[in-house]
Parts: sequence; C-alpha cells; structure tokens
Amino acid sequence: MSAVLPLGWAVLLPVLLLAVTWAVVAADVLAAGRAGGRPVPWTVAALTPAREALRLLVGQRRRAVGGDELLRGIGGAVLPLAALLAAVVLPLGLRPVADLGVGIVWFNAMEVFAWAAVWLVGWGSNSTLSLIGGYRFVAQGLAWELPHMFALITAAVGAQSLRVTDVVAAQQGLWFVVIMPVAFVAFLLSVAAMAFWGPFGAPVGRDVAGGAAAELGGVDRLVFVTGRWLLLVAAAAMAVPLFLGGGHGPWLPAWAWVLVKTLAVLAAVVALRHRLPTIRMERWTEFSLVVLTPATIAQALVVTLVALGEGGLR
Amino acid sequence: MTTALFVVLAATAVVAGALVFRVDSMARATFLLLLSFLAVAGLVLMTGLQYVGLVIVLMMVIEMVVMAVFMIMYMMNPAGLMSMSMFHNTRGAAVIAAATFVALAGGALLVDWPVRGGSPAPDPTMALGESLMSGQMLTMMTLGVTLFATIVGTVVLATGRGRYDRLGDELDAPASDDRDRGGVGR
Repeated sequence: MSAVLPLGWAVLLPVLLLAVTWAVVAADVLAAGRAGGRPVPWTVAALTPAREALRLLVGQRRRAVGGDELLRGIGGAVLPLAALLAAVVLPLGLRPVADLGVGIVWFNAMEVFAWAAVWLVGWGSNSTLSLIGGYRFVAQGLAWELPHMFALITAAVGAQSLRVTDVVAAQQGLWFVVIMPVAFVAFLLSVAAMAFWGPFGAPVGRDVAGGAAAELGGVDRLVFVTGRWLLLVAAAAMAVPLFLGGGHGPWLPAWAWVLVKTLAVLAAVVALRHRLPTIRMERWTEFSLVVLTPATIAQALVVTLVALGEGGLR
Repeated sequence: MTTALFVVLAATAVVAGALVFRVDSMARATFLLLLSFLAVAGLVLMTGLQYVGLVIVLMMVIEMVVMAVFMIMYMMNPAGLMSMSMFHNTRGAAVIAAATFVALAGGALLVDWPVRGGSPAPDPTMALGESLMSGQMLTMMTLGVTLFATIVGTVVLATGRGRYDRLGDELDAPASDDRDRGGVGR
C-alpha cells in the first residue's frame, strides 16, 4: 500500500470537503434556529446551503466606486484555495492526497493565506467598514497565530515528525489529546479564529455591518463565505490526525473513523458557537498573549521532556 | 519541465519585484512584493529544501500583511487609495541599482564556480534541525535572545501608557485605568 492516495482523489477532495461543509452549514442553521427560539425543520435546514448558494449565484455583484477590484477578487479567490490546499495533507483514512515530509508546515503555510485574503477583501472594497473588518482579522490573527503554531509544534514533537501520517501513526496506542490537552484546546480555538467564525466573527461582525464582507454581493459573496466555511472544515478536520488518533479505532475502517471524528469535532464547535458571544479583539488579544501563549509553550515543554525521557531523538 | 518551472518562477520573482515600483497603490506594491517572495520560495522548494521553502511562504504572508498595515499607516496619504509614487532619489537609486547589478552579474559570470563537494543529506529538514541544534546552537541562541530583546525594547519605547499609568505610582490600584479592558481584566 503506497503512502499516498491515487491522483483521482485530488479531484474528489474538494467534493468531499464541500459535502462536509454542506452538512455543517445545515447543522449550523438548525443550531441557530434552536438557539434563537425558532426551531427550523431539518428538511429546510438541509436545503439551506443550496438555496443560499443559488440565491447568491443569481444575485447582483457589487462594485464599489474607486475600489480595487483586482485585489478584492484575488482575496476572495485565495480564501477557498487556501482551505483546499491546506487539506491536501489531511489523511482521508490513513493516506492523504499528498504525504509531504513537512506536512504540518504546509498546512500552516497554506492556512495563513487567510490573513492576506481577508485583508485584501476588506481593503479592495473601498469601504470604511470593510477595511475595519480586514484590520480586525489581522489584529486577531496576531493573537491566535502563536498559540496555533505552538499547538502544531507540540503534536509534531509528540510524533517526532512533521509528516502528518507519522503523527497519526504515533497515536496508534494513545491519542495525543490525552497527553497534550492544552494544545488541543488552543488548536480548536485557533480553528474558529482562523475561519473568523463564531466568537471570533468580529471581522465580519454585525457591529460593522458585515465588516470585510460588507460590500460583497452575488458570486463574490458566495466564494468568500464558502471559503470561510471550507477553512473551518479543513482546519477542524486537521484536529483529527493531529490530536484524535486519525483513522485509528476499532471495528470501523480508517476512512469512516476520520469522517466520524471530523463530524464530531465540527458538531462540537457548532454547538458551542451558539452558546458563546462574539469576543472583542482587545479581550481576546490579552487572553491569548497572557494566558494561551505561555500555556501552549509550557505544553510543548512538557511533551518535549516526555519525548526526551522516553529515549530522546529517534 | 524543471527548466520551464524555474524560468517561470524566476521571471515572476523579478517582474513582480520590479512592478512594486510601478504601481500607484501601497496595497498593490506590498502584495506584488509578496508575489515576488512566493516565487523565490518556489525556487527554494525546487532545490529540495521543503522546510525552508514553506517557512518562507509562511513568514512572508504574515510579514507582508503586517507590513501593509504599517506602510499604509506611515504613508503621507494614509487612506492609501489615492495615487502615489514609490520613487525617491531616482538618480542615486539608479546608480546604486546599476552598480549592484553589475557587481552581482559580473561575479556570477567571472568567478570560477566551485565543483560540488559532498552530497545533500537524505533528509534536509533533519540535517537543518541537527545543524541548528548542535553546531549552530550558540548562534541561534544569541540570535533568538537578540530578537526578543529588540521586541521588548521596541514595545517599551513605543508604549504610550506603561504600568505606572495603568496601576498608579505604587502599582497598587485595585483595577487598571484602561479605556479598553482586556480579557484577563488586568
């Protein structure tokens, strides 16, 4: 069995991600209805992603006077592309589409393109509220990126490899979430923050009339919103190989375990989303730099000491 | 195939780098510079240095976004959407650029290229890590502490309100005097 999936999976990967995204958006509509006291029937919720997508597809695009259409277009397109590229190192089962030797760095490098994307969309619209949204994302990004990187590093240290399949293989006996819970929590927080979603939705918040996405209409908005959801799904799915044992588990085949675990992570973040308010940037920044960053560094230190104690470098 | 990829990446790096000075928007200039760096990262990846290449991508994306924020902040026209010029001291710059180009190109053409000695490590990432954590440990430690001291020093110099402003002369105020309260509430 080769370490990489056949090439056809490169085509299937976006389809799979979109299918999971569809399910997550539907679940989010259900959860939002319940949280708002007006439950939505699940049939309506299941069709909502398609209805919204069609509505946006036929909707009018908006062009801001004096805006930078080129930069805005690039920003909007980069968001879904970054999510898809980050997902190529995700093991679907035990094998990913691309089994890079530095897969964790690849994931990190692709997902930071969201920084450029959101700022560019906010900038290119030539609208104050959009620009505020773009700046908010950068401010939040500076706060979540460090704990996020330390969480990734901790998983890599635990497996003593930057290859995602090696990280999965190292969790055959014990899931990393057990030995590095702080890193897992920091990773989940940064997943939501990376997709500027839920409590971290200030960049597209209602207080700035939609922020970075304020001036987006029609297909532009569809691409941007889809990219944001894809980023959430891809990053949440990454928690499975890094911390939740990947495809390892009894009875079911590896791909089924990956799917079940990914959906479980996404269900947890969707359920939590409607119980938490949007957090202000300055509150999140102080918490992230004063509490989360030292905590993740300490977590990395503990895991490093354990790895050294168990016989040092392999 | 490899040659074509090299030519495309090299041309992208040079052309995007030159275009930085032709566009009239600070945002476009910054992201053209990012495009140039990404092409260079692609060239580094072509040499087989996966880790270094991807770290260039990672750092440059964050760095250029942060730089865009600062460049726009320091511009004479802060909104940045009006046209601007990236040229300053054009004559001096032309002389320096020409001299640098001649020196580098002359060096590349005239110097005898050494014959390769030794062979690349089977895993360049591992070799890099071993080098940084053994032979170059002192260098990296000095570098790390220097960078960290620079960050702390810059923040101390730049901050408008220190802890005595926030917590009083005796640092004994029950709550800090801040316009915006942070998440830890200090």
